[in-house]
Amino acid sequence: MIAYIIRRVLQGSVVLAVVGFIAFAMFRFMGNPIENMLGQEATRLDRAALAERLGLNDPVPVQYVKFLGKAVQGDFGVSYRNGVPVAEMIVQRLPATLELAFVSAVLAVFFGIVLGVFTAIRRDGVLANIVMSTSLIGVSLPTFLIGVLLIWVFAVELGWLPSFGRGETANLFGWESGLVTASGLKSMILPAITLGLYQMTLVMRLVRSEMLEVLRTDYIRFARARGLSDRAVNFGHALKNTLVPVITIIGMQVGQIAAFAIVTETVFQWPGVGLLFINSIQFVDIPVMAAYLLLVGVLFVTINLIVDLLYAVVDPRLRVT
Amino acid sequence: MNRTFLAAAVATALAVAGTADAETLRWARAGDSLTLDPHAQNEGPTHTLAHQMYEGLLQRDMSGEIIPSLATDWAVTDDPTVWRFNLREGVSFHGGQEFTADDVVFSFNRAQKPTSAMKELLASVAEIRKVDDLTVEIVTEGPNPLLPANLTNLFIMDEGWTMQNDSEEPQDIANGGDNFAARNTNGTGAYILDSRVVDERTVLQANPDYWGMGEFPLEVSEIVFTPIQSAATRIAALLSGEVDFIQDVPVQDLARVDQSDGLKISNAPQNRVIFFGMNQGADDLETDDIEGENPFAKVEVRQAMNMAIDREAIKRVVMRDQSDPTGVIMPPFVNGWNETLDAVPEGDATVAKEMIAAAGYPDGFTVQLDCPNDRYINDEAICQAVVGMLGQAGITVNLDSKPKAQHFPLIQNRTTDFYMLGWGVPTFDSEYVFNFLVHSASDERGTWNATGYTDTALDEKIVSLASETDTAVRDATVNEIWEQVQADVLYLPVHNQILNWGMKEGIDFAVQPEDQPHVKFLSYSN
Repeated sequence: MIAYIIRRVLQGSVVLAVVGFIAFAMFRFMGNPIENMLGQEATRLDRAALAERLGLNDPVPVQYVKFLGKAVQGDFGVSYRNGVPVAEMIVQRLPATLELAFVSAVLAVFFGIVLGVFTAIRRDGVLANIVMSTSLIGVSLPTFLIGVLLIWVFAVELGWLPSFGRGETANLFGWESGLVTASGLKSMILPAITLGLYQMTLVMRLVRSEMLEVLRTDYIRFARARGLSDRAVNFGHALKNTLVPVITIIGMQVGQIAAFAIVTETVFQWPGVGLLFINSIQFVDIPVMAAYLLLVGVLFVTINLIVDLLYAVVDPRLRVT
Repeated sequence: MNRTFLAAAVATALAVAGTADAETLRWARAGDSLTLDPHAQNEGPTHTLAHQMYEGLLQRDMSGEIIPSLATDWAVTDDPTVWRFNLREGVSFHGGQEFTADDVVFSFNRAQKPTSAMKELLASVAEIRKVDDLTVEIVTEGPNPLLPANLTNLFIMDEGWTMQNDSEEPQDIANGGDNFAARNTNGTGAYILDSRVVDERTVLQANPDYWGMGEFPLEVSEIVFTPIQSAATRIAALLSGEVDFIQDVPVQDLARVDQSDGLKISNAPQNRVIFFGMNQGADDLETDDIEGENPFAKVEVRQAMNMAIDREAIKRVVMRDQSDPTGVIMPPFVNGWNETLDAVPEGDATVAKEMIAAAGYPDGFTVQLDCPNDRYINDEAICQAVVGMLGQAGITVNLDSKPKAQHFPLIQNRTTDFYMLGWGVPTFDSEYVFNFLVHSASDERGTWNATGYTDTALDEKIVSLASETDTAVRDATVNEIWEQVQADVLYLPVHNQILNWGMKEGIDFAVQPEDQPHVKFLSYSN
């Protein structure tokens, strides 16, 4: 088991190194940060001097190696935009993104599974069909549109929920949390729905089709023949056996939620790392972009590892020997 | 004596009224200030926030006029290279330190350090010296009649506070510099920093000891500033009443805000002109289909292009009436502007086509237009409209739009044939335009001139402006330069942008041409 984990971690570091290199190769095409960093009055000499100091004249591999060399020591450099250490910026922004991702994921998984089971059991029910039809919206509408629509209805027209920001936060053991204040929770509702809607419908549709598959199998029929209650059959036997593919998808989607909350964060001015990333792209803030992409890489590698380990828990056949 | 007493009494009464009637202004715009260090960035939103807390010797008011701030008056001395500033008495910093000439000398020296972003504005300053506690003299290299216009965003810090906190060097953004002054403030301004989370929320409280009590409305007692990047969300926040005042209102939402109950839009021409530049100096263009010659080099072609652009149509269709068409590349507040220069050329595509044919291109020609898509109001849409208009005159334009971070290096490196640019004039004087856009490209001047236009005689005239102290002579030279720029059709002007601010009904706040709301001027009408 430990050998397995070590092997996966090593594979993960190779992935990260490659991600970093591709990112650095791409930064060249994003434009030049110099214009954003100097006012319009700057002379050509000022511009040339700054480019030299930032090391922008170095070839990409050299820039990349310099970055990696510092990154492994935990130094991600300093933002070109704010002049603040990147690590500090990301640590400050991370709670907002993680909380949003966590709430979205919980909502998506909970409602996804419940509704998936429901629509599978009541396949021909009116309500189940309504749920199935509405779920198409979640799959087909782009995130920013859902966000803007929700803002329009619940913030502008009804005035129930805030349209932007994270509300008040409270400090819980050094973690700025919005989950413990009333305004923080109110602010969480719309972004969490926006971010999790796609994943919820995805989980729901997956659970439903897997359930339908499983419910047709012989052992379910035998279980019913044995006179087990519906609940025991549906949840104890059927649901458990649908979970392997569902966990894979959830794992991948949780990564997506955390890493690509960019659109939702922009629409709701949610002060997380996604918004930071968008700002950095516009400013060509290379240190922040590089650190963010590495962070996303780490996140995916970790989640995939966790998912692999979870398989073993759910399905004994997959246990590594 | 009596008068002073009365003024003090009125000021106290106003101060009491102000605090009794606590008003919070919740203010949103697209971007946040980049740093609190007042000399580390030369950028609009950064200066705007700094202006609430810090002050310079002088400032621009809401109409763009220069008014006294920490200096009460100033004038050139008998020696034309020396300016003398008399400082305001009895001013203290937020931390309680007294404001003196030492702070001014210190701040100017700090703003001239290599890591300062403000140093170019002080390039002509040779020395700043203290005469007495409330008088300073600024010595310039050669006479500089426009010195005050360069000082409107030059903030004064307290020497003791800055030194104590190891911040005598401006924050070095490029080299990982972080300092105390980038996160804390100690100015003399009307508002005191209460709390700040970068990109999230900045809260300022009224300064109870502000020297300007009675001189400014000062009706806002607390400012909550929030950047909201997405335009739709910004508008929604105003419509839902979560903010009271927004900048950067997208033109397509103006009508909706204006028609909403309890909200209004104020607008005014912005200090920013939008225009096109053509590489007329190159022997051959990179992106055209004419071998061995440069169609832009012929003035007839440039005249024809100037004619082919229908500015009124751009205003009506692309800008939804939110632009001020112009025939010259300077906004109306700039010294040197006049109506003759501003007159918009008659648009006529047929005549333009004939002129291009007569210039030797009966079948027209093809060229690429480089355009930013995230810098100016509807920048890409303007370019698209111009592509159509030039098409009617026989010029096939291939549009290449990209983010500003990729667009501006093309102009800086002079690797574009045809480009869009916008220009604001912080000094409100033509010399600034000439220095950057008209003078031949060199290390010091002409840094934004990618047209390849060079004229040594014109360059000399431009340089002479810096030290010409006779206003009449100087104005005449300015006008001569403009006439040559217009005759040679150096650029194709399009329009001046119009600034729009959205706010609650009941707020009286005139739009400032530099897009800098100074909250101390805001008043409530009820």
